[in-house]
Amino acid sequence: MVFEKDLNLDATELRLGLPGTSEESGKQASTTLRIGNKRALPDMNEDSSVAASKQCDQETAPPTKAQVVGWPPIRSYRKNSLQTKKTEAETSGMYVKVSMDGAPYLRKVDLKNYKGYPEVLKALEDMFKFKVGKYSEREGYNGSEFLPTYEDKDGDWMLVGDVPWEMFVNSCKRLRIMKGTEARGLGCVV
Amino acid sequence: MQKKMAFSLPDEVLEHVFSFIQSDKDRNAVSMVCKPWYEIERWCRRKIFIGNCYAVSPRIVIRRFPEVRSIELKGKPHFADFNLVPDGWGGYVLPWIAEMAGAYPWLEEIRLKRMVVTDECLELIAKSFKNFKVLVLFSCEGFSTDGLAAIAASCTNLRELDLRESDVDDLGGHWLSHFPETYTSLVSLNISCLGSDEVSLSALERLVGRCTNLRTLRLNRAVPLDKIANILGRAPQLVDFGTGTYGADLQLEVFSNLAGAFSSCKELRSLSGFWDVVPAYLPAIYPAFSRLTSLNLSYATIQSPDLIKLLRHCPSLQRLLVLDYIEDSGLEALASSCKDLEELRVFPSDPFGVEPNVSLTEQGLVSVCLACPKLQSVLYFCRRMSNMALVTIAQNRPNLTRFRLCIIEPRTADYLTLEPLDVGFGAIVEHCKDLRRLSLSGLLTDRVFEYIGRYAKKLEMLSVAFAGESDLGLHHVLSGCESLRKLEIRDCPFGDKALLANAAKLETMRSLWMSSCSVSFGACKLLGQKMPRLNVEVIDESGPPDSRPDSCPVDKLYIYRSVAGPRFDMPPFVCTMDEDSALPVS
Repeated sequence: MVFEKDLNLDATELRLGLPGTSEESGKQASTTLRIGNKRALPDMNEDSSVAASKQCDQETAPPTKAQVVGWPPIRSYRKNSLQTKKTEAETSGMYVKVSMDGAPYLRKVDLKNYKGYPEVLKALEDMFKFKVGKYSEREGYNGSEFLPTYEDKDGDWMLVGDVPWEMFVNSCKRLRIMKGTEARGLGCVV
Repeated sequence: MQKKMAFSLPDEVLEHVFSFIQSDKDRNAVSMVCKPWYEIERWCRRKIFIGNCYAVSPRIVIRRFPEVRSIELKGKPHFADFNLVPDGWGGYVLPWIAEMAGAYPWLEEIRLKRMVVTDECLELIAKSFKNFKVLVLFSCEGFSTDGLAAIAASCTNLRELDLRESDVDDLGGHWLSHFPETYTSLVSLNISCLGSDEVSLSALERLVGRCTNLRTLRLNRAVPLDKIANILGRAPQLVDFGTGTYGADLQLEVFSNLAGAFSSCKELRSLSGFWDVVPAYLPAIYPAFSRLTSLNLSYATIQSPDLIKLLRHCPSLQRLLVLDYIEDSGLEALASSCKDLEELRVFPSDPFGVEPNVSLTEQGLVSVCLACPKLQSVLYFCRRMSNMALVTIAQNRPNLTRFRLCIIEPRTADYLTLEPLDVGFGAIVEHCKDLRRLSLSGLLTDRVFEYIGRYAKKLEMLSVAFAGESDLGLHHVLSGCESLRKLEIRDCPFGDKALLANAAKLETMRSLWMSSCSVSFGACKLLGQKMPRLNVEVIDESGPPDSRPDSCPVDKLYIYRSVAGPRFDMPPFVCTMDEDSALPVS
């Protein structure tokens, strides 16, 4: 088969460069999650060009000196071991795993991406396609069978929202979205 | 004339003969000779390798091979290692374990790579296989040390537990205590990936002490330097040892204990670990270095002068993994000290820095390639390259079988001539006739693919990034590389034409990955419709692809051959292009 060389496909070439990121390597895993977030929170002020580059009738954003996802091709554990030991706040506040009862997969979130509970809860809702109930200090989450919980540094399971945000970010080790009856023990009013 | 029947030999004799045939390829060939041989072979096949867990279903495997003792499965595409495959994509091993629990009660070995393994899976393994011996979880995720506790508690015949490079939810070292006091059969333990700062050292020491057949022990970073002597003291028969942290304030007693422990391990051939190295402690290992064949210093921030001193003690080295702190000078020392070197991997210490932080260039690689006659396998990260260097390497090392070069800045030209590196890589594929694996980088036009298609006849795996100019590039590879099994491409201007023209080729390969290229949604649908034995999966996290025009390029594309049909465990952001409909299955 004969091929023309003049196909000029550069114009449609997609790139996944994120302009403006100056974070360290560990954040690379978050870029794929961010793309999902962007749809739900279109008013977030950064990286709107990432969403734009997904629409093929717009110009793709050329990658800058910022990091390209997955390049250079180095495994995460290798990247992490190159970094010097971080401060307590940095290590405990970064990536946490999120599981949901009944879902056969785990996700990860970077708590540093969020400024408060409403943001992170919205992100979780989008990620796992569920809705939390309305939160009140006295009664916990009202009106949903899903309950966002987290494991803190002491190994205790707590309700998301009970402690001040900063304290939560610094002590959360992982998140678990409980479902149904198991949630009762943590003060969920269903 | 009387026809001699192939099955005139009794079944037991044939089975005995077949038992000497281990390789899958040969076994498959045997099973194709005639129906009786197919039958006998399938009843006596004990070991199965499945390179893509979605290429076949557990049921099909079990139906054909009822007496399997050992299974190896691979899940996610290779680019998952670099975060290009979103979380939740798939690769779940639970359905396999669940079916095998009933069908293979005598299963002994499970080896998994890039799969999602949950604690539930591990508990099921512990419960279902009474003679379970080997568990290797290579780059897996989804499980915690609770699952490991279940394995430890129940698998009394366990020989090998290898968690290499897996992402384990490490809830502390207590799981080790679940190995009963009567348990002594451990031969190989690799927990180097465990992340917590807690390790039950006493449980570890007791375990090591009573398992007198232990040959491989790779510790995690949490194990401090001053505990190594104690551990090694209990296992002087070790062949392969991985330290934890190899740094501490220098103390004479600790040093001499360490030196004593290492010198009494006469069988030691492989060392790894070396996190947080304090170079003053390295001489403690010098006596053991002379016998070493494999050394992994890729976590060790040791500077070139110390590395040079160290390498002088390792004349028998066959395999070296190291950071680019070694610099060109260290690689020259390696070249003169280690004539038996077969494999070299040099990783970047500062991959995201714009300016080079070390004096490592193409010269280091050239000096090793010139001086080490047995060198076969190379993985090299650097910041500049020239066609001249690549041609020199190709001409002097035609015995290379794996060549992976990563020039850190995408599309970097030959630094001497400013030309593309087509000619250099062309020389590699032309001279290295047994090349099985190749990773490209730097500035590359369609020409390099022309060379690859023409010369790389034994090439099985090709990785391409930020290269090429048109579909012609992809066409050269798909039409020319006869042995190609895995092709992974990112950020290249390859589109529909080459893919559709070479659709049939895709059925002869294990898989094709293309991300940030120019393949349109319409072409994916067409491919899915025309090729029922291919699963054409479109990955797009920004929304369902059919909400955009057919001409729109897809974000990520993963195509693989399968006899199991489309999978049903896909997350919302993955769609299979189905043969039945214009509508994708998702």
